[in-house]
Amino acid sequence: MSAGLLTVSPSPHIHTELTVPQIMRGVIYGMVPALLFSIYNFGLGALYVTGLSVLFCVAIEYAIARYLLKRAASIYDGSAIITGILLAFNVPTNLPWHIILIGSAVAIGIGKMSFGGLGNNPFNPALVGRVFLLLSFPVQMTSWPVQGATFSLDAVTSATPLGILKDGIRAGTPVDKLLSEMPSYTDFFFGLQAGSLGEMSALALLLGLIYMLYRKIITWHVPVSMLFTIVVMTGIFWLIDPTRYASPLFHVLTGGVMLGAVFMATDYVTSPFTHRGMLIFGVGIGVLTVLIRLFGSYPEGVSFAILIMNAFVPMINKFAKEPRYGVVKEKVK
Amino acid sequence: MKLHHKLKTFKLGGVHPDDQKISAGVAITPLPLPKVVTIPVAQHIGAPAKIIVQRGDMVKTGQIIATHEGFVSSNIHASASGRIGVIEEVMDSSGFKHTAISIRVKGDDWYENIDLTETLVEEIKLDPKEIVARIMEAGVVGMGGAAFPSHVKLSVPEGKHVDHLLINGVECEPYLTADHRLMLERPKEIIVGIKILMKALGVEKAIIGIEDNKQDAIELFQQLLKNESGITVEALEVHYPQGGEKQLIQALLNREVPSGGLPADAGAIVHNVGTTYAIYQAVQKNKPLLERVVTVTGKSVKQPSNFLVRIGTPVIDLLIAAGGVPEDTGKIISGGPMMGKAIADLDVPVAKGTSGILLIPKDEASRAEVYNCLHCGKCIEACPMGLEPYHLLLMSKKGNSQRAKEEHILDCIECGSCSFVCPSNRPILDYIRLGKTQIRKQKKV
Repeated sequence: MSAGLLTVSPSPHIHTELTVPQIMRGVIYGMVPALLFSIYNFGLGALYVTGLSVLFCVAIEYAIARYLLKRAASIYDGSAIITGILLAFNVPTNLPWHIILIGSAVAIGIGKMSFGGLGNNPFNPALVGRVFLLLSFPVQMTSWPVQGATFSLDAVTSATPLGILKDGIRAGTPVDKLLSEMPSYTDFFFGLQAGSLGEMSALALLLGLIYMLYRKIITWHVPVSMLFTIVVMTGIFWLIDPTRYASPLFHVLTGGVMLGAVFMATDYVTSPFTHRGMLIFGVGIGVLTVLIRLFGSYPEGVSFAILIMNAFVPMINKFAKEPRYGVVKEKVK
Repeated sequence: MKLHHKLKTFKLGGVHPDDQKISAGVAITPLPLPKVVTIPVAQHIGAPAKIIVQRGDMVKTGQIIATHEGFVSSNIHASASGRIGVIEEVMDSSGFKHTAISIRVKGDDWYENIDLTETLVEEIKLDPKEIVARIMEAGVVGMGGAAFPSHVKLSVPEGKHVDHLLINGVECEPYLTADHRLMLERPKEIIVGIKILMKALGVEKAIIGIEDNKQDAIELFQQLLKNESGITVEALEVHYPQGGEKQLIQALLNREVPSGGLPADAGAIVHNVGTTYAIYQAVQKNKPLLERVVTVTGKSVKQPSNFLVRIGTPVIDLLIAAGGVPEDTGKIISGGPMMGKAIADLDVPVAKGTSGILLIPKDEASRAEVYNCLHCGKCIEACPMGLEPYHLLLMSKKGNSQRAKEEHILDCIECGSCSFVCPSNRPILDYIRLGKTQIRKQKKV
């Protein structure tokens, strides 16, 4: 009896189900609630912007891989789709197509492919694209359409709660008066506020977070440490002077905090390896976000905070090691 | 399982592969003697045994045909009676050619003074030194897979104090059920074996560690040990690689073996249940290690089985007895799917460390597409030694063995958890093995 030709390879001979394409698909499923909510809230504009952004990102990655780097196209792993969706999540739904194209080109071209593609980029590509657009097109990037303006791409624009807060505090208006003119916290939680495409509904983003935790795609360390830090820090300032600082709940539910904590800061490639490192990373993002929001000139600081902490990741990896079996203390003597 | 009771396990890393114990309900059946047995002289860690027979000699079952060469080595016995045939290099389960003695089997005529009855002998007459000598004489080696000579483990170095004997009934490798069946079918012999080991080591306490997917074995031992003092059973969470010596010590005693040290440095000696049974037979029955339980299994195998097999039996005999080689077989593994070795040839003989033969279907036999490292950290999360496998891969690839050594590459137990979890299918363990080899080579130079 013969078994024909047998495969011979070193152990292990079995492998977990969770592979790169499945992880990428899982992240995309995790983003579905936020996208659906955005379509409900902003109408087809949300779908249009997201679709364009994904299309541009995938096409640019394909073109760079095939014609510039002359290697096999790497688009099938799904990472370019994620970058596309995340970039769309970070822009207003009335953004013109050519700005989306520029954002996609910067995100994929400079943010990702210039470093060698998936796994090699130090900074979150979608955030690189987003910040580039924010600095280059400040007007278009901060004119948010009024929610509920379904089927219209040229809706009236309004400022975000964070923007209103920043301007109000600068003008000397007490925080509680500013807040009374805004939607309630419950509305914030469900997402009835102005803002970028995918960042408004804490509920939708939480659903995505729960899904990704359940699938074991991400761990709790980054989102929890980041949110906890923001709550504690804004809480301290709020307790000191509630007329000048908004409550922790306001800070967590508005702007890009939830989006950042769930999808941007948890990006494998640009976050630390170890759980300890992830905790340091999350705390760092939280601290920087609060500092920028409370004392910086921008109303929102999550993107910058994440990008700054991205730069610290190699250093965190070097020092934040897990405990080792049978090694009591490293390099003593 | 009581849900409120948290089961013990090791602290760092580990993975949870699907356990696939499809042959767990199949009783052990003796496999008929083959026409020829091919017995390698290097079945154990240490020096190969020195051949003392010649072609044409008649040997009896249980007769020594190769003697241990130095202390870290093991005797090899004829596993059947007959005439010595060719002595040549054959491919064994390691994938390399090693010298083996073949015996053309003519009946089963046993060597003198071997007790072949089934009667349980409980009284231990020998003193500790005699026990170790008998175990050495009988060629007993670790039967969990590593095949480290058992008498060496029992000779605790001067100045080290051992207070616990740990019996490894974990069988954490998916698919394998040889130890499970042995525990169910030979529990009293295993308990006597434990007492022999306790006497030899002079320890008062022994713990049998069994994973929770073998409830029947746990309950059986609990019942049999009700009136025994000193020996206890501990149910452990199903968690790979709990059967690793270092992990079992951490799970049962919450102690760690220092990096580069021995289990004795943590006050423990670990023996596998199969080895414990072989020790019972060696000491109480004067029966050398010449047969073992081997699981033959796989998703497409017609009759997944647990066979009692003479050492030197070709793998093909086991496969035929289990219903033949399925059409879709793509890979045949000697051992379990996490640490076993793929064999290229069906004539490979069963050795003392062969715990199972696993057939993997074609669609699961090859490795999948490799992607870039995503920095997901899953390999670090999975490493039971707390190492950074992705980092060790990079350093090994670059040939930077000095840095790899500083990052404790030599602590790697090669359990394969890192490669198992890597979503990018990166060959992490392959490179770590390479790195370890580089360091060992430098040491020799």
